[in-house]
Amino acid sequence: MSLFGIAWRSIRQRLLASCLTALSMGLGVMLVVAVLSIHGVVSESFRSNASLGYNMIVGAKGGKLQLTLNTVYYLSQPVENIPYEYYLEFLTAEQRQREEAAPGRIDLKRDGRFGRSVALAIPVCLGDYVEEFRLVGTTPALLDELRFGPDMDRKFEFAAGRNFQHKSDEHGYFEAVLGAVAAREMGLTLGDEIHPAHGDPEGHVHAQGFTVVGILKRSGTPHDRAVFVNMEGFYLMADHAKPVDEHAEDETHDGHAAAEEHSGEAGHADEHQHEGESHEHAKPEQEGHSPSPKDPAKAASPEAAHEEHGHADHAHEDHAHDHAHDHAPSTPIPMNQREVTAILIKTVDTAVTPGLQNTINEGREAQAVLPVLEIYNLFEAIVRPIQTVLLVLTAMICVVSGISILVSIYNSMSERRHEIAVMRALGAGRDTVMTIILLESVLLSLGGGLAGWLIAHALNALAAPLIAAQTGVAIGFWDIELSEALLIPAILLLAILFGFFPAISAYRTDVGKSL
Amino acid sequence: MGTHWGDTTVLLDLENVKKSFLEPNGETLSILDIPRFQLQRNEQMVLVGASGCGKTTMLHVIAGIRRADAGSIRVDGTDIANLSEAGRDRFRAAKIGYVFQAFNLLPGFTALENVLLGMTFARNRKDPSRARMLLERVGLAARASHKPAALSVGEQQRVAVARALANRPALILADEPTANVDHAHQDQIVALIRETCREEGIGLLMVTHSTEVAAQFDRVDRLEEINRV
Repeated sequence: MSLFGIAWRSIRQRLLASCLTALSMGLGVMLVVAVLSIHGVVSESFRSNASLGYNMIVGAKGGKLQLTLNTVYYLSQPVENIPYEYYLEFLTAEQRQREEAAPGRIDLKRDGRFGRSVALAIPVCLGDYVEEFRLVGTTPALLDELRFGPDMDRKFEFAAGRNFQHKSDEHGYFEAVLGAVAAREMGLTLGDEIHPAHGDPEGHVHAQGFTVVGILKRSGTPHDRAVFVNMEGFYLMADHAKPVDEHAEDETHDGHAAAEEHSGEAGHADEHQHEGESHEHAKPEQEGHSPSPKDPAKAASPEAAHEEHGHADHAHEDHAHDHAHDHAPSTPIPMNQREVTAILIKTVDTAVTPGLQNTINEGREAQAVLPVLEIYNLFEAIVRPIQTVLLVLTAMICVVSGISILVSIYNSMSERRHEIAVMRALGAGRDTVMTIILLESVLLSLGGGLAGWLIAHALNALAAPLIAAQTGVAIGFWDIELSEALLIPAILLLAILFGFFPAISAYRTDVGKSL
Repeated sequence: MGTHWGDTTVLLDLENVKKSFLEPNGETLSILDIPRFQLQRNEQMVLVGASGCGKTTMLHVIAGIRRADAGSIRVDGTDIANLSEAGRDRFRAAKIGYVFQAFNLLPGFTALENVLLGMTFARNRKDPSRARMLLERVGLAARASHKPAALSVGEQQRVAVARALANRPALILADEPTANVDHAHQDQIVALIRETCREEGIGLLMVTHSTEVAAQFDRVDRLEEINRV
């Protein structure tokens, strides 16, 4: 019979007390593992969500973190908007000339200022909702061309249907794709029609609907909880066209006079026609295509706007674009009536990223943020300290559990004095009986720790569907954090530390008196 | 006179052994002062004496459980009085078998495990087959898996005898082995101890109050006669 066997038998002899003692250690370890698992889920969630195929976000000047959270995670409110014209600066001449909307005075024949530094530039328009889920007005490239995952090699795939098209024969500009979680929680399927709410989940619901043509597979990204629509259709919804101020437009035009040239008389005439209409559209309260966080009260209702227009304006009636009512026009709104919330940028090379970021930030129009850096800073500033505190608390729980082991074994020493004396009389040395007591402490601690570890991972496996639904992170029973390997030496250390005192008591047993 | 079987070499030799205790009032209480005491190899003897005269203390000193204050204690040629405590522990595990008055079986261990326990502390001596053989020898092969609570008093003492023999000791010390055994089984226990010691060539020093037990031995010494205290 080995010393381990003797220690194990001694534990079994006091089974109830031993189980309760081990349980306390198990609970402590379970909490530690839970905190480590949460840390892993949060880290993975942050990391995977930051790996969305782009390395820069361009948006209005303001809070970098707010821009990142709003654009990547669809949290918070949009900072502000930037002119569509600024988005065009990230396109090459070839890409610019593929734009369908009337350019006004914008010269589409030249490369954008940053066009050659950018491999991918995807505009996003935010501010509307479908129930609790963010509506994202964008181009098909968001889902077709972006890659995600730790290696940035995973495509967004469809559980049903397809991506929305720029313009389809069946639905025009009004197609929508749902994220996996959004589709499930709203109970929507292909062919259903969604009606976004303006500016707020409880806001005015647009009459204009979008037909669901695709439902994404779960990707573990914030896209799971979003609704994607064609940007053209987004602009065509009521109150989403930016009213144009002629004077402001002239100033903007002067600012780019060195770089732009008029597009030609047809374009110029068209521009004047649109200017006239825009001027009429400007008569009602000014409205952006997403509610301005500074001026939400000025968002006019469609009915009031319609009355102010007046039906006496027959030219307005002839115009296919009805500012007050949603409908399904076929002509995209002009560029000078567009704004974007943010532009997702993937640079041609990481080497150009710092220079591009500096150039954008030095300008007045927008700012450029690196989402990975902002997310990392958020993680380090807020999430990590919280997790550290939680870890410290759970470690203290383990220490308390260790003390309970000490108390349990120490209290048993008075009953076991005779037993230890018998072992000594049979030839066991002082160090041998001390080792037996330490082994008991180790067995109780490791046994309790193992039980706690198993319970924690079993709970992880049970909660996996909920965790995946909420965060997109897949977690299973065998998903083990590297830091969990530290548990074994930590438990051993605790066991030896707290078993030391009862072991010393055994060491000092007077054999002759105790027999 | 002692009874000698086979080799007559001295197995146990005490010379000028002294042992005293410190009382609570600070005074020194002398328990042992033995000028000379010997036990021959394979000899079996009984030591009698009044209650409290120091019989158990003498066994403890011989076994190395307590350290003598002075003198030499040679067991099988080794002076254990010069050994460290750890050395005495190891010597005791290897060379001395102890049968206690109260059996002192560990309650959480089966009969077999109690016998094996005797082997555990003597390094390189684990021999489960010998343990089973010893239990069979004491008539308890069928009770090997029973814990002490499931054994009768007589059976517990027999397990204790098997445990004492586990490491093939040179000397068995039996401290009143029949004190807690009913009269009907006393002779059985004594006969068992004597027989197994004779078969294994082990010397036996037994302490007893019982005149009936003492009468079965050829050599009976009174501690008062060999102890100057």
